[in-house]
Amino acid sequence: DMAELLKIKSEAEDFQSEYFYRNSQAEEKRQKENQAATQIQSWFRACKVRAYFSHLHKKAVIIQKIWRGFTARARFRQMVKAAYFIMKMNFYEEMAVRIQRRWRGFFVRKYIHNFYARKSYLEGLFRKNELVRRELDELEELQKRERDCLEMVKEQTAKVYQAYRLHHLLSTKQCPGVFNSPFRSAPHEMEQLLRQVKYQAPTRLAPGGRACLLGMPGPAAPSFSGTLGSPWIKTTQTRCSSRPILPPIGSKKQQVRW
Amino acid sequence: MQHIPDYTVLLDLSRSQTVFLSVFAVFEQYQKSRMQFVQTVADLASRPQNIEMLQNAGVMSMLRPLMLDVVPSIQQTAALALGRLADHSDDLAEAVVKEDILPQLVHSLASQNRFYKKAAAFVLRAVAKHSPELSQAVVACGGVDALVLCLEEFDPGVKEAAAWALGFIARHNALLSQSVVDAGAVPLLVLCLLEPEMALKRIAASTLSDISKHTPELAQTVVDCGAIAHLAQMILNPDAKLKRQVFSALSQISKHSVSLAEMVIEAEIFPAAVACLRDPDEYVRKNVTTLMREVVKHTPELSQVIVNCGGMAAVIDYLGNCRGNLRLPAIMMLGYVAAHSENLAMAVILSKGVPQLALCLSEESEHHIKAATAWSIGQIGHHTPEHAKAVATAHLLPKLLELYMDANSSEDLQAKSKKALKSVLQKCTYLPGLEPLLYDVPSNILKHVVCQFSKVLPHDSKARRLFVTSGGLKKLQEIEAEPGSLLQEHINAINSCFPEEIVRYYSPGYSEVLLERLENYQPA
Repeated sequence: DMAELLKIKSEAEDFQSEYFYRNSQAEEKRQKENQAATQIQSWFRACKVRAYFSHLHKKAVIIQKIWRGFTARARFRQMVKAAYFIMKMNFYEEMAVRIQRRWRGFFVRKYIHNFYARKSYLEGLFRKNELVRRELDELEELQKRERDCLEMVKEQTAKVYQAYRLHHLLSTKQCPGVFNSPFRSAPHEMEQLLRQVKYQAPTRLAPGGRACLLGMPGPAAPSFSGTLGSPWIKTTQTRCSSRPILPPIGSKKQQVRW
Repeated sequence: MQHIPDYTVLLDLSRSQTVFLSVFAVFEQYQKSRMQFVQTVADLASRPQNIEMLQNAGVMSMLRPLMLDVVPSIQQTAALALGRLADHSDDLAEAVVKEDILPQLVHSLASQNRFYKKAAAFVLRAVAKHSPELSQAVVACGGVDALVLCLEEFDPGVKEAAAWALGFIARHNALLSQSVVDAGAVPLLVLCLLEPEMALKRIAASTLSDISKHTPELAQTVVDCGAIAHLAQMILNPDAKLKRQVFSALSQISKHSVSLAEMVIEAEIFPAAVACLRDPDEYVRKNVTTLMREVVKHTPELSQVIVNCGGMAAVIDYLGNCRGNLRLPAIMMLGYVAAHSENLAMAVILSKGVPQLALCLSEESEHHIKAATAWSIGQIGHHTPEHAKAVATAHLLPKLLELYMDANSSEDLQAKSKKALKSVLQKCTYLPGLEPLLYDVPSNILKHVVCQFSKVLPHDSKARRLFVTSGGLKKLQEIEAEPGSLLQEHINAINSCFPEEIVRYYSPGYSEVLLERLENYQPA
């Protein structure tokens, strides 16, 4: 009753003060609790979002992973193809270089600077030089001999002509001639020539005759010792005899006529 | 020709005409005395000592009216005397021109008989031979046309005299030759080549040679008239003087250009011309080598033709047989051949050209011949080390050096021998040949020598040993070179091929260094 009422009143007052105290406490803590609640809520929301993101993230990673693998494999296949191609090309080039090397070596050695051709050319040249030298020597020799021969023929002709002009110096049985001195062991060659010379009485010579006299001796053969074709040399049979043949006496036809 | 009365016949007339006869006797005496005068002058003029006196006596003005004489023999003898006088000296020839005798001569050349033509052509030749101005005077009064008319005559003596006169005119310069060619002389001269008379052939060949020597166009004109074929046929003729002129003509033609030389070669003279190199007459041989030189200097192919027919051997034998100025064309020919390519240079070396050139260098004393020899040696040796070795083994490098260093040598000789020496040295790897060149050598040559040593020594151990034992290393150390110069670099390169002790052993002053060390040494 009253005690209970007082108790209830004090309880109500206590309750009021408690209520007020709790409200004031709650009011004070409202801010804090609000903030805490907000924090908790935000944290929770963040977790939710994070979970969502990580889910998304994982799925995105999966997609990207698959895509990258795909692209990379495609690229790799391409690279393999390219590498293969390059390897093949290198091989071909290497082989082409070998062929070209051999070909260039061959070409240069055969056409541009042929060592063996040059060697054989120089050897051939050497032999040709020897040949030419020998032939020229022979030619010179031949020409010299011809010239000598001509000179000797000229000399001999001159001697024969001289003998013809000096026919009167021939030695007779009675009187030895100028060229047949008794003190010599054998007669002089001029004496022999004089014996061979055919005497012709001087007639008025036509110019052809004179040329015939002088031009005829001189056969091409080098043996001129006994085969002169001169008209005033007697035939060879009488060469060794010492008996001159005199012209017939009293032939009035051969009168000197100017 | 008018009938000249022979006065002697008139002496047979009757006595009643003694007065008439005495008149004729006067004329006859005058004619005799003129004839005698002219003949005596002609005889005197053939001896050089009389000519001065004749000139002082005023013979020119005396002879001039006699050239217009009625009697043809007096005219001819007067012309002959005039020709002999003009032949002898310059002033007399000028006097002939000044006295206006030339127009008369030229005028009467057309109309007179062959003896007169011969004598008149002789006068023109005697005048033209002295100088270009006198020849120009002959040309100016129409002498060339008259002479060309003479070339169409039958008589070979007249043709010879006319051709000779044309030759002397054309000899002086290109302008005069051009006037001779313009008068149409060349076809007639080529026809003269075909005549049987030897003298005429000789003169025709010599005139063609004189015409074609000046310019390529003139030579082309001569060739266009077919001269080459006829000249080529005459190569095998036995007459020596003809061969001289023929070869001289061919060489004058071929010297101008490649096409002309090729035409000369196409006439296939070459194997036959080589035989003429053994002719007894030395001028024939000289002209053959001149021809070969003119042909060879143009292109390698032409040189190849001559080398292939054995010309090299013949020329080198020729070099051995002759002396003096005759050697010059042969030496130059070898140089030209070797200059074209290393093949041909090797051919020259194979034909024993280098020893022969060495002989020439030592025997000859004229500087221009020595210069030509040095040039040829340079052309032979500068191609490859093989060639340089051939030159070095003939001991030519010290000789070339000597020529370069000799103070008496002419500029040309020094320049040529220096160039030859340098070009051979740059390719020479034959070390025994290079050794003598380390001593007493000017520095510009020395650097090449040392350069060659520095190229060879690093690779060849035997050569190194030889270098040390022969004293080369010692000499090398004595060379003073500016540090940093090329010479010093080469010396360093060589020194680095040898162990240091050896280098120090040979360096100058080593014995002093050792003695110093000895003095400072304290025995422990």
